Amino acid sequence: MTATVRTYLRRLLPQLIALAVIVIAISMVFPGFLSLQIQNGRLYGSLIDILNRGAPVVLLAIGMTVVIATKGIDLSVGAVMAICGAVAASLITSGHSLAETLLATLVVGILCGVWNGLLVAILDIQPIIATLVLMVAGRGIAQLVTEGAILTFNHPGLIFIGSGSFAGLPMPVVIWLIFGVLVALLVRQTALGMLIEAIGVNRQASTLSGVLTPVLLIAAYVLSGLCAAIAGIIAAADIRGADANNAGLWLELDAILAVVVGGTSLLGGRFSIAASVLGAIIIQAINTGILLSGFPPEFNLIIKAAIIVFILVLQSPRFRTAFTFVRLPRATGKPTEREAK
Amino acid sequence: MHSTSDNILSAVRIEKGFPGTKALDKVDFQLRRGEVHALLGENGAGKSTLIKCLTGAYRRDSGSILLDGVEVDPRDTFDAQRLGIGTVYQEVNLLPNLTVAENLFLGRQPRRFGMIDTRAMNRMARELLAEYELDLDVTGDLASYSVAIQQVVAIARAVDLSGKVLILDEPTASLDAHEVAMLFRIVRRLKARGLGIIFITHFLEQVYEISDRITVLRNGQLVGTRETADLDRRDLITMMIGRELADEIHTHHASAGEGRLRYRFRNYGRRGHIEPFDLDVRAGEVVGIAGLLGSGRTETAEVLFGAHRADSGTAEIDGRAVDLPSPRAAIRRKFGFCPEDRKTAGIVGDLSVRENIVLALQARRGWTRPISRTEQNRLADHYIRALDIRTADREKPIKLLSGGNQQKAILARWLATEPEFLILDEPTRGIDVGAHAEIVKLIESLRERGLSLIVISSEIEELVAYSTRVVVLRDRAHVAELDGERITAHNIVEAIAAANEGGRRDGDR
Repeated sequence: MTATVRTYLRRLLPQLIALAVIVIAISMVFPGFLSLQIQNGRLYGSLIDILNRGAPVVLLAIGMTVVIATKGIDLSVGAVMAICGAVAASLITSGHSLAETLLATLVVGILCGVWNGLLVAILDIQPIIATLVLMVAGRGIAQLVTEGAILTFNHPGLIFIGSGSFAGLPMPVVIWLIFGVLVALLVRQTALGMLIEAIGVNRQASTLSGVLTPVLLIAAYVLSGLCAAIAGIIAAADIRGADANNAGLWLELDAILAVVVGGTSLLGGRFSIAASVLGAIIIQAINTGILLSGFPPEFNLIIKAAIIVFILVLQSPRFRTAFTFVRLPRATGKPTEREAK
Repeated sequence: MHSTSDNILSAVRIEKGFPGTKALDKVDFQLRRGEVHALLGENGAGKSTLIKCLTGAYRRDSGSILLDGVEVDPRDTFDAQRLGIGTVYQEVNLLPNLTVAENLFLGRQPRRFGMIDTRAMNRMARELLAEYELDLDVTGDLASYSVAIQQVVAIARAVDLSGKVLILDEPTASLDAHEVAMLFRIVRRLKARGLGIIFITHFLEQVYEISDRITVLRNGQLVGTRETADLDRRDLITMMIGRELADEIHTHHASAGEGRLRYRFRNYGRRGHIEPFDLDVRAGEVVGIAGLLGSGRTETAEVLFGAHRADSGTAEIDGRAVDLPSPRAAIRRKFGFCPEDRKTAGIVGDLSVRENIVLALQARRGWTRPISRTEQNRLADHYIRALDIRTADREKPIKLLSGGNQQKAILARWLATEPEFLILDEPTRGIDVGAHAEIVKLIESLRERGLSLIVISSEIEELVAYSTRVVVLRDRAHVAELDGERITAHNIVEAIAAANEGGRRDGDR
């Protein structure tokens, strides 16, 4: 058991270090960064703000991780967020109950995933092209739903999802924490994780070994669609309205980046949900940190890019090889040590 | 013939370790000027590691390399090439979409006024290839030529760049007899020019045909270096695998199946893949499938396993009609299938040996019923031991194992599902002598345990050894079936070669 925990930590170590370095760096520039206050039974502070602001990308990254593990990619998640935000807003303003609205919105997200999955698994279209279709068409669909306007709403229940709190934490954080744990348990406590990794590494060999490849591929895109739907609801609830043009704009790229920063290869195979979540938090921490530290906004994207390049260099196989080479004497001793315990 | 003490390349006490294993343990190796030196050993013996240390692809942990008596330390393959050591691999490492001439002079094209002088380059390419008796259009794309020609182009480039030592890593694996002869003429010519040539192969006939000396490695250690003329084949095999093996193959002739008839395929086929055929398989029977490449062997296996759905005919198991539309359906009926192309259809490279072994069993149980980690470990350890899979531990990614050990792991994947009908497509291709014999023994023991097996192989001797019946294929149709005493290499070759009727049509008894 301890060995499992240790391998788990070793997998997450680069992300944890990167996050710690960024948090420490920001707190040196901006001393109030680490402080947390409790007001009206709810935590406030920059750290909580990062977790809260990062919710959409964290959710997208969870689904994206599984899709990328199958050697795919889902470019449509930003557009699906917009569609789902629009659907939720239009249903709640036309007098449907909160439960009906949420259920219908999640179903729409799932249907978007089914569409992507069918294109990839059954028609065998390359994932980047297959999901590009919905990425482009999705904003059009969202505009049709909102009839071109920004649909605002005042339903307190729906707004609560965006700005309410539960157990001292903002609702979006509660949602992604619970959802992330559920997905991680689903893939790791069942055989799903291994089968998905097998498909991502070698789809043909997996099919010949009896893995139900098409169904699992569709399931991966469905999960991604579901994640986008939840993210879309949160984003809409946060601004109390659905903006078909801007909701989730470019977030598919942040989600992919989060997965990559999390160390999951775009070539498919081995994946870690927790690492992708950390990746998304790292990206949000960078965003928040740059804003707080008072750099002129025009520097933001460049600084962000520089930090991300640095993280990716730390992860690159070549850098790691060079790094291991230096520590080779100790590294060779490890396997026996592990076996002894 | 050549002066014997004239070493062009010496490797002294080379050591190389990987985490958990010692790939090379103080290996010495001497290559003379003007000799062909065969480097032999089982998969995983350390041949590739030694080559990679010599060419700088790996950093050796200790030991020294002397080229022409001078100590050298190649940092990478490019450096080795500059020093005079060139390598040609089994998979040609040139650029198929460039012309022959461009491939020969890539990175060192003749220039005129700062521009590449294509005419001069083409002329030089023609002159260079003329030395190899090759007269071809050097402006054609490399991909438009056969693998053999590409191989020669690769050799020409390597020799032209390096010129002292040429390493040929399984160059003949995908060549036919005529092409091998052409390649060997070139090797002899280079040898006469004084090059030292290291030749790695699995084909022992070729070793005896071309090599002057043989060095054998086993488990990362030097077994010895001998003059080819003084080493007979049995001794060589003993050196390679460390035990008498020749007797283990071709020992007994399996008697025709008396087991009950279990699998009955009638008029089974798929348009464009394999003509409809009839096939009966009994319990405790090995049906060998013989035929040339493209005769429909693999297609037969794929249709039987449901990898491609049959579009005609019926399948019965124990007298009950069954539908086999997919591998999943076949696996539910306790079928198993080791495909011919291990790399693209067999192994799941990045996953561990353990995961590769449990994959089919897990897929059959469904994702909701995971095999516990303890059980996975037990299964993996069991088959690693039972099939003697050489791996540092069960968590090693399978792509890092040698070919023979990968094949054993794929076999283990199926054995873990406790199959009753096992289809093996070229189970012994591209693997070393030791693993080869072990797989042949495994096939026989599975048959004795009552399994029904279908084994496809290009090695007719091997089919004769373990088959209780042999089906011969030609032009995508089953054309003959041999059993009992009639299973001989001669009869199989006759049946493959016969223009019309090599034997009776299969099925009618």
